[in-house]
Amino acid sequence: MTDEEKHLTDESRRKFLKNSGYFAGGLVGGGILGSVIGWQIDDPNQNQTQDNPNNQDSKPDYNQALKFFQNQEEFELISAAAERIFPEDENGPGAIGLGVAYFIDHELAGDYGNNEKMYMHGPFKEGTAYQGFQSRLKRKEIFREGMKAIERESQGSFDDSFVNLDAEQQDEILQKFANDKVKMRGAMPSTFFSLLKESTLAGAFADPLYGGNLNMDGWRMKEFPGSQMSYLNEIESEEFVQIEPQSLYKHLH
Amino acid sequence: MAKQLNKVDVVTVGVGWTGGIIAAELTKAGYNVVGLERGEDRSTRDFQMIHDEYRYDIRYGLMQDTSKETISFRNNLNESALPMRQLGSFLPGSGVGGAGVHWNGQTWRFLPYDLEIKSMTDKKYGPDKLKGDYTYQDWGISYKELEPYFYKFEQTAGISGEDNPKGAPRSNDYPTPPMKSTPILDLFKNASKNLGYHPIQMPSANLSEQFKNPDGETINQCQYCGFCERFGCEYGAKSSPNVTVIPTAKKTGKFELRTQANVVEIISEGGKATGVRYVDVVSGEEFIQPADVVVLTSYVLNNTRLLLQSNIGRPYNPETGQGVIGKNYCYQILPAAVGFFEEKKFNTFMGAGSLGATIDDFNGDNFDHSDLDFIHGGSISITQTGRRPIASNATPSGTPEWGKEFKQKSIHYFNRSLSIVSQGASIPHRQNYMDLDPTYKDFYGNPLLRLTYDFTDQDRKLHKHITKVCGEIMSEMGADTVEEAEISEHYSIVPYQTTHNTGGVIMGADPETSAVNNYLQMWDSESLFVVGASAFAHNGGYNPTGTVGALAYRSAEGIKKYLEQGGGQLVQSKTKSNLA
Repeated sequence: MTDEEKHLTDESRRKFLKNSGYFAGGLVGGGILGSVIGWQIDDPNQNQTQDNPNNQDSKPDYNQALKFFQNQEEFELISAAAERIFPEDENGPGAIGLGVAYFIDHELAGDYGNNEKMYMHGPFKEGTAYQGFQSRLKRKEIFREGMKAIERESQGSFDDSFVNLDAEQQDEILQKFANDKVKMRGAMPSTFFSLLKESTLAGAFADPLYGGNLNMDGWRMKEFPGSQMSYLNEIESEEFVQIEPQSLYKHLH
Repeated sequence: MAKQLNKVDVVTVGVGWTGGIIAAELTKAGYNVVGLERGEDRSTRDFQMIHDEYRYDIRYGLMQDTSKETISFRNNLNESALPMRQLGSFLPGSGVGGAGVHWNGQTWRFLPYDLEIKSMTDKKYGPDKLKGDYTYQDWGISYKELEPYFYKFEQTAGISGEDNPKGAPRSNDYPTPPMKSTPILDLFKNASKNLGYHPIQMPSANLSEQFKNPDGETINQCQYCGFCERFGCEYGAKSSPNVTVIPTAKKTGKFELRTQANVVEIISEGGKATGVRYVDVVSGEEFIQPADVVVLTSYVLNNTRLLLQSNIGRPYNPETGQGVIGKNYCYQILPAAVGFFEEKKFNTFMGAGSLGATIDDFNGDNFDHSDLDFIHGGSISITQTGRRPIASNATPSGTPEWGKEFKQKSIHYFNRSLSIVSQGASIPHRQNYMDLDPTYKDFYGNPLLRLTYDFTDQDRKLHKHITKVCGEIMSEMGADTVEEAEISEHYSIVPYQTTHNTGGVIMGADPETSAVNNYLQMWDSESLFVVGASAFAHNGGYNPTGTVGALAYRSAEGIKKYLEQGGGQLVQSKTKSNLA
């Protein structure tokens, strides 16, 4: 496909998606839908620059700034911890390369960090493992306590900041949190660790609109094509179908 | 003071599948219906940004807001219940369409054995088949009586399916042909055939082709986009109340949908329900909506809670076994096996909520239990629902839970692992029940519902037996590593298992042991109908919605009869005393 054809396809697709009328009159056939969207099967490089808003020009990504962490030290500590949970390797980038710490920062500043949909009325009591989360703290407060505890533990065990430790030492500290082998106020250390792990994975694989999964590289590693409109023509395929990923950015632009 | 509104014929508490069916059927018959829904209105248009795993799957975008309403939970009577502070084990919906928006669409008919489980088990295996305090009982209706209503629901929803030699007998074909099969499904079908079982394509509410239902509503063709469970359908291709019964009710001009209206009390006079009190959740104002018939059509948990909160019916007491409201809470037992493949790679990211294949050879009493120390079983399925990257990180056991090896293996197996899962039946136990929490309150100052629940010996034995079958099929499918699931030591409210909660307002023939008759009319309040899986006397070996839909159509017919004849009990009770 030439660039011009590609442009045309994108144009018609844009109009197609913006026109919500296609629900009302019954659905067009999947074949038409597929061709309107423009499948990019077996050509993983074809649309890379276009799909990635970060690469479009040299403008900085103004979204990569902090609204929860108060200083660079906090940001770097969480970056380093998340990188140990999801490290860079031969498969592709790790948490840092995927922008996971920005994702965590933004989420902690919003309804996730503020436990907006959680039942937060007392009395607060420690329950059994089967009764689930019972902390009186919001997630963002658990992160604050957790970050302090990581730093305390690093200084206590290795006489240095967590970010300066080598990978094995960092792993040793994190494992203590996972196993509840450290002291922490207000929440179990393992609760903090699971929040850190769940938000690291979410940051690696959520739609890039949330600030992580940069360049959709998290999806590429899992060969997950993101948001596609239809697999009607591929669902029966005996072969594994490679599809260049697409994000929700495409639904507006 | 609550403002008194004008009386209507029927008011429903909740507007999902059951509320929608009641509204459609009663308005078509000429009655005025008001539907009260605590959440917001929504339609296919609102699902255009739905392909967002984080927002809708991980952060529960369409689900109940637990900051306002939740339950408390404990495993047994000796523990203190604590609030379920966030969703986990199950996901009740909120908003118009209810869980009918975010369901998968796997649409089954419970087996004839389910409806007469006590009589049939006693007859075949003697009265002492299950020792201990298992309170399973007949449902007060036979499969033959319920069969036309199953079909009615399947027609409304346009279900796509094929004949099932081991399933409940059918008088009619499915409205639409089965969905497409896939290499994943074919692998399961061939393996289970090799083992002598009877695989079929799963009956689906994600439609194989565009369909116009008998009410004139159009449901579109499924696109296999992989965002189904926990999502609304942006194509209107998953049957939901929003694309079927709700528009049908609206077209009559006799249905008023009132959203953001949270019902807090059922009002009674002279032993009959006469209306409901609700809060406008936006303005905070309170209203009383009088009606000739009040229909509870919210989720299992809220149907039960509203009755307890309004002092209607006799609350169940687990010490004495007396009372009925809150009794026979059941869940679903999930035997399973995971297979890891080294050479094969599958298109796991494509799929639909009910794209699957199933065998029923180990469901109900389809296999001989003479030498087994449990009853019932479960359907066994493979599904291809659309695997997503945040939630799916399967690794062989022994893999670290984070770090380099975790990353490497979770990526490697993302498209190289498959699961076989059974919807195992859940048999009620005397100590598994619901009542009101003595301590914790919701946003409106009313007590939370308290759930007391744990797995039983019956559950463990069923789980073990069926898991072994899942493992055998997975081995036959050629997986390099097969891992069989284990049931956890106690039921946990934390990890997601299934939103198949049942019981609490169960149906039956005897008012001493059941809350509603076989039209789901309350024995203790003739103008009150309680519709939903709350009526299940136990949970069967399938997803519940097909049976919920059938019961809703049955109930709608009962409500019509009740209004036509100007009141009265529709079914004569069979109590032990008058049988004697």
